[in-house]
Amino acid sequence: MNTQTSAQALAWIDLANPTRFLTLVERVLPWLVAACVGTFAVGLVQAFFAPDDYQQGATVKIMFIHVPSAWLAMFCWGLMSVAALGTLVWRHPLADVAAKVAAPIGAGFTFLCLITGSLWGRPMWGTYWVWDARLTSVLVLFLMYLGLIALWRTVEDPSRAGRAAAILTLVGAINLPIIKFSVDWWNTLHQPASVFRLGGPTIDASILAPLLWMALAFTLLFLTLHLAAMRNEILRRRVRTLRLMQAHAARGA
Amino acid sequence: MTLGPHADFIIVAYGMAAIVVGALIAWVLFDYGAQKRLLADLEARGIGRRGSETKPTADTRSA
Amino acid sequence: MNPLAAVFFRDMRIAVRVGGGALMGVLFFLAVITLVPFAIGPDLALLRRIGPAILWLGALLASLLALDRLFAGDHEDGSLDLILLGRAPLELVVIAKALAHWVTTGLPLVIASPVLGLFLNLEPLAIAAVMLTLLVGTPALTFIGLVGAALAVMLRRGGLLLPVLVLPLAIPVLIFGVSAADAAIVGPVPFGTPLAILCALTLISLVVGPVAAAAALRQGSE
Repeated sequence: MNTQTSAQALAWIDLANPTRFLTLVERVLPWLVAACVGTFAVGLVQAFFAPDDYQQGATVKIMFIHVPSAWLAMFCWGLMSVAALGTLVWRHPLADVAAKVAAPIGAGFTFLCLITGSLWGRPMWGTYWVWDARLTSVLVLFLMYLGLIALWRTVEDPSRAGRAAAILTLVGAINLPIIKFSVDWWNTLHQPASVFRLGGPTIDASILAPLLWMALAFTLLFLTLHLAAMRNEILRRRVRTLRLMQAHAARGA
Repeated sequence: MTLGPHADFIIVAYGMAAIVVGALIAWVLFDYGAQKRLLADLEARGIGRRGSETKPTADTRSA
Repeated sequence: MNPLAAVFFRDMRIAVRVGGGALMGVLFFLAVITLVPFAIGPDLALLRRIGPAILWLGALLASLLALDRLFAGDHEDGSLDLILLGRAPLELVVIAKALAHWVTTGLPLVIASPVLGLFLNLEPLAIAAVMLTLLVGTPALTFIGLVGAALAVMLRRGGLLLPVLVLPLAIPVLIFGVSAADAAIVGPVPFGTPLAILCALTLISLVVGPVAAAAALRQGSE
């Protein structure tokens, strides 16, 4: 077993070794956490001092959480799709680890998107839930996340679960644009007359800047959580393997 | 600076964000601690990764 | 006989036998449609307005619940392994099974819909529109459901997991099915547009469904 990680050996194939991956995570994680805290500090300050939107007033500040959460919800499914290809096509050993831990994190951000969208909707549209195209698509995405998590928890063997989840993830990825298109169609058929414009015809720079900072901060947070969770999952599988060995030995095989 | 007439919604939204993010962080940290503890426990019982009692298993297998 | 035709006829024969469950879907469809007026009230005008939607919802739920019949029986008696070992391409065998499933489960729903449409006080034009959209859309439901059914084969205690997995994927079919039916009745939108999109969804599912289901079956047997 290699105890040293050489600086150049960061090819994907080397990362396939879980032990080497763990060493990499231990080194990178503190920097990621620092970067995360830093960008959140900048982003939150900018959000606090952002001007009020001419249409929505100060509630535009909710957008600084709502939009990054929506972006992460999509990004996470994209990440899981790449991981799914890694499992099915290239059989990368860490691919299903990456996919498994991404699902709850993505579901969390999807949930946050729904909640903040609802809280944004109440002062804007007068009701906590509104079936506009965006919120509805995200609700369907949330259902898909929950189904995926349920699938992971139903199959005991991690590698079989990984393959099943990979197929569902890819089918879901194909379906996401179809669902978005369908919901947009459905919404334009049924939508009441008023159309909601985000912050006016274009987003002013004074609102765009905090939005981008918060988006960056949330993305770094996602990557931090994801790497840390991957580390946990590798450890969990080690525990499982050791317990299996222990049970096997106890049988006197 | 005032948050306008809908200040409550803004505060609750940021509060929910803190709760969700906090829950995710807590999950990661708690799980880490739990797995480390389990590994240490198994290690203490002499079931090392090279298996002193049983045949060794390649550590690149993830399952 | 062509192996695919053999699989098709075999599945059909099994489905109509006792315990095959072919007509259970229709019974469930009937049960759901009967429940709706109890929940909503006998207001005929209201029922007529939401009739197409209720029929589509009932057909969707009936299709979802009948899905585990697709592979579970073969998995239990070992013929799934024979199919996997056979020379016919797995994707085509899956298509044959799905077609047999649709003929025995989906098509009866389509045929039953006019009668149930009468319960919901629909006019003949509305009934015809719903029938046509169901005819085009129920194959999509079957082929999309293929993926969930293949994944659920691996699970012994799948339970409600299968419908939960398939539901989000079936939402576009529902949207355009109801949209097309409504467009024929009241529509500001010409009937052809959502119907064409519904056809497109069915055709897409005809390809994606079997490919994904075959992949899932192969993975599950490893």
